[in-house]
Amino acid sequence: MAKVTVDGIEVEVPNGSTVLQACEAAGKEIPRFCYHERLSIAGNCRMCLVEIERAPKPVSSCSFPVADNMVVKTDSPMVRNGRRGVMEFLLINHPLDCPICDQGGECDLQDQALGYGMDHSRYKENKRAVKDKDLGPLVKTVMTRCIQCTRCIRFVSEVAGVPDLGATSRGENMEVGTYVERALGSELSGNIIDLCPVGALTSKPYAFTARPWELKKTDGIDVLDAVGTNIRIDSRGPEVLRILPRINNDVNEEWLGDKSRFFVDGLKRRRLDRPWVRRDGRLVPASWAEAFATIAQRLQGVPGERIGAVAGDLCDAESMLALKDLMAALGSANLDCRQDGARLDASRRDFYLFNSSIAGIEEADALLLVGSNPRHEAPVLNARIRKQWLHTNMPLGVIGPAADLTYAATTLGDGPGAISALLDGSHSFAPMLRDAKKPMIVVGQGALRRPDGAAVLAACWKLAAAFGGLSAGWHGFNVLHTAAARVGALDLGFVPGPGGRGFESMLGGRVDVLWLLGADEFDTARIGADTFVVYQGHHGDRGAARADVILPGAAFTEKPGTYVNMEGRVQRGLLAVYPPGQAREDWRIVRAFSEVIGRTLPYNDLPALRKRLEQANPVFARVGFLPRFGAGDESGPAGDPTAMSAAPLAPAVTNYYQTDAITRASPTMAACTEIYVAPTLQAAE
Amino acid sequence: MAEENGADFEQPASFAFDAESRAELDRHIAKYPTGKQASAVLPALYIVQRQMKRDTGSAWVPRAAMDEVARLLGMPPIRVYEVATFYTMFALRPIGTWHLQVCTTTPCWLRGSDDVTAACRKFTGIAGWGETSADGVFTMTEVECLGACVNAPVVQVNDDLYEDLDAERTTGLLEALKRGEPPKPGSMTGRQTSAPEGGPTTLTTLDNLGPPNPEPATPAE
Ligand code: SF4
Ligand code: FES
Ligand code: FES
Repeated sequence: MAKVTVDGIEVEVPNGSTVLQACEAAGKEIPRFCYHERLSIAGNCRMCLVEIERAPKPVSSCSFPVADNMVVKTDSPMVRNGRRGVMEFLLINHPLDCPICDQGGECDLQDQALGYGMDHSRYKENKRAVKDKDLGPLVKTVMTRCIQCTRCIRFVSEVAGVPDLGATSRGENMEVGTYVERALGSELSGNIIDLCPVGALTSKPYAFTARPWELKKTDGIDVLDAVGTNIRIDSRGPEVLRILPRINNDVNEEWLGDKSRFFVDGLKRRRLDRPWVRRDGRLVPASWAEAFATIAQRLQGVPGERIGAVAGDLCDAESMLALKDLMAALGSANLDCRQDGARLDASRRDFYLFNSSIAGIEEADALLLVGSNPRHEAPVLNARIRKQWLHTNMPLGVIGPAADLTYAATTLGDGPGAISALLDGSHSFAPMLRDAKKPMIVVGQGALRRPDGAAVLAACWKLAAAFGGLSAGWHGFNVLHTAAARVGALDLGFVPGPGGRGFESMLGGRVDVLWLLGADEFDTARIGADTFVVYQGHHGDRGAARADVILPGAAFTEKPGTYVNMEGRVQRGLLAVYPPGQAREDWRIVRAFSEVIGRTLPYNDLPALRKRLEQANPVFARVGFLPRFGAGDESGPAGDPTAMSAAPLAPAVTNYYQTDAITRASPTMAACTEIYVAPTLQAAE
Repeated sequence: MAEENGADFEQPASFAFDAESRAELDRHIAKYPTGKQASAVLPALYIVQRQMKRDTGSAWVPRAAMDEVARLLGMPPIRVYEVATFYTMFALRPIGTWHLQVCTTTPCWLRGSDDVTAACRKFTGIAGWGETSADGVFTMTEVECLGACVNAPVVQVNDDLYEDLDAERTTGLLEALKRGEPPKPGSMTGRQTSAPEGGPTTLTTLDNLGPPNPEPATPAE
């Protein structure tokens, strides 16, 4: 530890800290442009100057290490003069276009200019102009505004692992860009918009939409993948305008995937804003009362075992519990949340969780991916794997199709054969797993969706057990989910009850009434022609097209909801805007319907329902916080590891940008698909 | 610099190191520990430029060659672009036979680089920096200090420095170049390296010193 005095305040900071960190520890804010705590230190903007006693010149605090007994001044005349000089230099070429700049109001340069800028310029020369770059459909550039802090360059090369950006030429001619014009090939590219301290990089779809001070900011949880990224939903009036990440070091640090940031225009298209009922083969608008009456009538005389319910991938826990309770009231145990056919074992919680936890990746010393491409299934989590790989160079293995994951991973084989080879120790990767103290086995949905999914799951558990992944201090067995609702549903037991039918056996006419709660990710033609389908959801997608009655629900930005991410972390999002038209919060729809059929559910408001959630599973009482468990019990999930077929594993997500009803409705995501995904699919053909 | 992405000239679709270049490149790569091959990027770009000179008569670095360097050295292409665009020694578009790199930094400027520039412009007909003469013989580039300020003003022609220039000597130099008879590099006034003009001004009595002291003096503490 080093003792540092900052403006008369004494602080102790670890050796090797920077002066800037010491100043922050003393509660002093240091202006900065290039420094960012999650990126490497560049030290090129000079805004963070401080005075250090006995140093002849001002020092850039972000890149200067502390020494014991150092005396730092952050507000002396030397410091103020120095920063003013830096600011004047930065403004020589920076355009005066704040009124038409989207960064206005949340611009670091604007803010700092208030403190250190002059009210006039001493320069009469023309400002330099830089050609804008085309970085694809998401990031808009106005490169004349760039102050060359290189944060964007460092982010894409270090965190995103797609080193496309660089600084070319030098001196006054230096430009930040890709040199060879191309769209940024990263699923995390939107983060450079947040990182850019000026308005050089802004959001293309959001261009000229709103000023930050007009926006209402609501805390939410992203549901477009199963990471549970903490987000801030910015809205104005009835409209969600943009999504930004919130900092949560245990989940997403401060990053957000492009899909989860740029899907917003999908919230306004193809919305179900009123109930519909099918009459003579055609869907016609109806009132809530008519819609409920139609369902109630159809339910008459149908025995419980001929009724089923399927929960989709974006559902909040509240609505799933309400639907489960409704099904129980109707005497049905036909429930399932695994519409993709994943052979997940719900019998014990650690059979379906990402047990090592996302932050725990930073403890792992070997990692094996089985049938998963985290870059497309959970890009923020993938950045965490990359981070650990960069720090430790840990061995990484992949069983499944070879893909560019942004880190060096050895492909062990494309089918489950490689798992068997690891188990009997004959594979060359086996010693690396054996040497690891904290190995992680990560099973993706691509491996579980197959008919032999249960066998693969059991084999992976056996792998974790065989290579020391299951101990009292470390749980190395991990399931990487793609559906945000999945873990919550499994926690609630949204799976066939005793004697109940699972997803597959509800299709093909084996139930008479099927209630789809936002379930769109399967081929609806497989539902029997005579099955009466109730679709409750927010987008007119596959499910709604097949429905006999449509009940308009709320998207995740339009309701307070509880979600459990793949680690088992319970998190809550708040309501940012109200659902459109006659659409309603989903649990209320189920509750209202229960009253119509005279089986009123025993809760009438959110607190009561949340009490019921806690009753259903005590994990729902622990919001936000995730206790970590070692592996208590080595006995694995049901499934015969020897029953694996030799068929190669296929990825679960082929198009990162369109994975659900909301993103399929988004023009921005469609544009991304065309630019990023279509060429690769063509190449694969 | 007016290097650009092939707006008004053609970028070759591919580039391959020939045997001579490859051997030279391998020599440089071998100097660095494994995993640090990227350190050889500067020599690699020079090798490209020289091979282009041999093959096409114009010493420049096409984009395909930068991509090939990136592949061989295991670095992202953008890192090679950054290096190549940083240094004025690499031409990123086809240039003339003789690359006139005129130093205009303060010492050369004080010693008359403006005259040198004007002479170059007059002789070649080139109007702006980075441009090539109509006959394709000369390209003019403005460069910063070439490290030969003692003999300012200085022009670097391809890989060689020509020093102690003025308008007249510059024109003479250009005429010779155009004839394809480059003079001996170095000072154009004939002085030896950077010895004083008009002969030595110190140690002029060197002949009277006798034999050098056989006992080296004890170095000062
Ligand atoms: S574009 Fe923005 S983040 Fe990138 S170097 Fe310029 S100012 Fe920095
Ligand atoms: S923040 Fe320290 S130099 Fe930029
Ligand atoms: S200034 Fe011209 S060589 Fe140094």
